[in-house]
Amino acid sequence: MEHNTYLYILVMAGVTYLIRVLPLTLIRREIKNRFIRSFLYYVPYVTLAVMTFPAILSATASPISGLAALLAGIAAAWFGRSLLQVSVICCAVVFVLELFL
Amino acid sequence: MNFPIKTSLRRGMRDGIPIMLGYLAVAFTLGIAARNAGLNAFQAALTSFTNHASAGEYAGLTLIAAKATYLEVAIMEVVVNARYLLMSCALSQKLAPDTSFLHRMLIGYGLTDEVFGISMAQEGYLSPWYSYGAFGVAVAGWTAGSALGVLVGNILPDRAVYALSVGLYGMFLAIIVPPARKNRFLCGLIVVSMAASALFAALPLLSELSEGIRIILLTVLLSAGAALLRPVRDEAEDKEGA
Repeated sequence: MEHNTYLYILVMAGVTYLIRVLPLTLIRREIKNRFIRSFLYYVPYVTLAVMTFPAILSATASPISGLAALLAGIAAAWFGRSLLQVSVICCAVVFVLELFL
Repeated sequence: MNFPIKTSLRRGMRDGIPIMLGYLAVAFTLGIAARNAGLNAFQAALTSFTNHASAGEYAGLTLIAAKATYLEVAIMEVVVNARYLLMSCALSQKLAPDTSFLHRMLIGYGLTDEVFGISMAQEGYLSPWYSYGAFGVAVAGWTAGSALGVLVGNILPDRAVYALSVGLYGMFLAIIVPPARKNRFLCGLIVVSMAASALFAALPLLSELSEGIRIILLTVLLSAGAALLRPVRDEAEDKEGA
């Protein structure tokens, strides 16, 4: 079978879109069940934490600069810096550290 | 529910800027992978505009390069992107119940990890316009980055790419850390999540699972555990938190 790049892209996009849109369109009411509500409340924290670590260590040339960015980011966020500021601080730490590593 | 369109849109676009910059860098490397899979700049941009999912796109491009079947590609996308199913469930509770079907379909289109993060960090119900603003700005970076990656893949020094890609993780931290400061349990949960994630990435059998599957497993297990240990009390607490 001859493979068409545009068909590949269409398959990828279609499947990915369905995954994203189904719960949003099917769950149209506020969930009353306390366990499910609590579960969904914790989902963003767990999933973002899991995606950040240990992935941040391998996103940079050296794990040390990744770790430094992680610590700097936590500190900056802890002391109430904004989304953009925390993000820029992490970038800056890596950029400067990797001059030396 | 009515939201002030202009204000929400503008706020979303403002919060979308750091996402756009991070995306630009990450999509750059994605563009290089796309070129290796035989895609041209337009096809890479189209892939990124319609998929906007880094892991899903990498996996898809790998399969395209290997001339896999369409069914294989479809199954791979389900596995790698299944975490969006969970995010979409969580986000469904962040929308006003009377949010229209069209809004839901469009918000779903723009559901990326980062847009999800900043959307959940909004106070009260989410304005669809906030999502559109953030996604619109962010996806521009993602799409342009992919095309540029194909065209001029090696022009940006590695150091700059590394530095910019870390910005996305910084964003995640800016979302999860501040609420954890006020809530000891949440703080512990985040630490446990990161530790478990490191463990899963290192242990022999578990580390062979795809990253997407690991993220889902951990999210389901740990969120369920947290929900059992510390059920959320009422509406007010919910709104103040996520």
